[in-house]
Amino acid sequence: MPSLKDLRNRITSVKATQKITKAMQMVAAAKLRRAQNAAESARPYAERMAQVLGNLAANLTPGAETPRLLSGTGQDRTHLLLVCTAERGLCGAFNSSIARLARDHARRLMAEGKTVKIICVGKKGYDVLRREFRDQIIELIELRGVRQLGFENAEGIARNLLGRFDAGEFDIATLFYSRFRSVIAQIPTAQQIIPAEIATTAAASGASADAVYEYEPGEGEILAALLPKNLTVQILRALLENAASEQGARMGAMDSATRNAGEMIKKQTLIYNRTRQAMITKELIEIISGAEAL
Amino acid sequence: MATFQFDLVGPERILYSGAVDAVQLPGSEGEMTVLPGHAPVLTTLKTGMLVITESPQHGKRVLVRGGFAEINATSLTVIAERATPVEELTPEIIDADIAAAELQYDATDDYDRKRDIEGQIAQLREAKVALSF
Repeated sequence: MPSLKDLRNRITSVKATQKITKAMQMVAAAKLRRAQNAAESARPYAERMAQVLGNLAANLTPGAETPRLLSGTGQDRTHLLLVCTAERGLCGAFNSSIARLARDHARRLMAEGKTVKIICVGKKGYDVLRREFRDQIIELIELRGVRQLGFENAEGIARNLLGRFDAGEFDIATLFYSRFRSVIAQIPTAQQIIPAEIATTAAASGASADAVYEYEPGEGEILAALLPKNLTVQILRALLENAASEQGARMGAMDSATRNAGEMIKKQTLIYNRTRQAMITKELIEIISGAEAL
Repeated sequence: MATFQFDLVGPERILYSGAVDAVQLPGSEGEMTVLPGHAPVLTTLKTGMLVITESPQHGKRVLVRGGFAEINATSLTVIAERATPVEELTPEIIDADIAAAELQYDATDDYDRKRDIEGQIAQLREAKVALSF
């Protein structure tokens, strides 16, 4: 039987924990709003980019040489997995569900006899994947010091990727991140980024599809310049979606943690009060029986 | 005077959207002015000033750094890698950009890239002069 003092300490400590989780939830809610805004305002850019690229790819003169970023290397021997996770934990299943998706993917590829290379963006995914894929992980990119994710961060990663692609280090690159559906639903997603998957639906771009464009400089050069930018945009979008998802997941996790702490406090307080009453009763009995004995 | 739809989209936000009279673009093959009814063109952009004329005597200037312009008869979409309206621009921002570009210039061994960056720096200096900082 724990003493009264023990119980009191336990209640105080749970209360302190509850205060922390409550504060974290509120911080996450504030950050979520900002991250969500950033993700939403980045969307038109990515959409326009995809539209222009789709037009370009659809109108590409047949027989012209397509850049390798679009057509691929013609092999699929070496796969690169770019796994984007958060830098911080305490956000529910967010990190582990992305890592699990990447792990399943890597296992399947390895079972097929393909070479797998992994680049981790974010420390938490690295911590999880390191156990199983120590030899496959070739780099860890940390975005710890970054306050506001910007174009520059994505550009750095894209440039890193392009350098490796040009050096022939991999054939296919897949991006893993969590898509932000709503505050309570984040969907871990795998997306192939090299070779680029482009929706060549002319209908989506509307009237401009049938217009014959003049290209300045040539269409091949534009496509060659546009594809690396598209890669940057895709990565930026993934990072922004990830940031919003992370805050959403943390908000949910901290909300339930606060509720659990509340329940625990209630339970402990009940035990504390019962114990206190039992002790008073016991003392009373002792006093009364002492008086009767006289 | 006829107008056309102009959208200036940056990676982080939409910077401008509305009907305008004319837009002057820093195309990679040379400056060009887009008026309503322009032939469809897709062009890359270099670093430079983008001048928006909303109506005679009224306009805006935006410093863009790389990107694309998609032009057709009724609309113009500029997808800029980085774009800063002149009102938000200070000499410090341009100086920081020039310094960053110079760092990149020193870091790379690729001659094509060196030439690219050299061009960028020159254009940034030009922009600085144009703004009479």
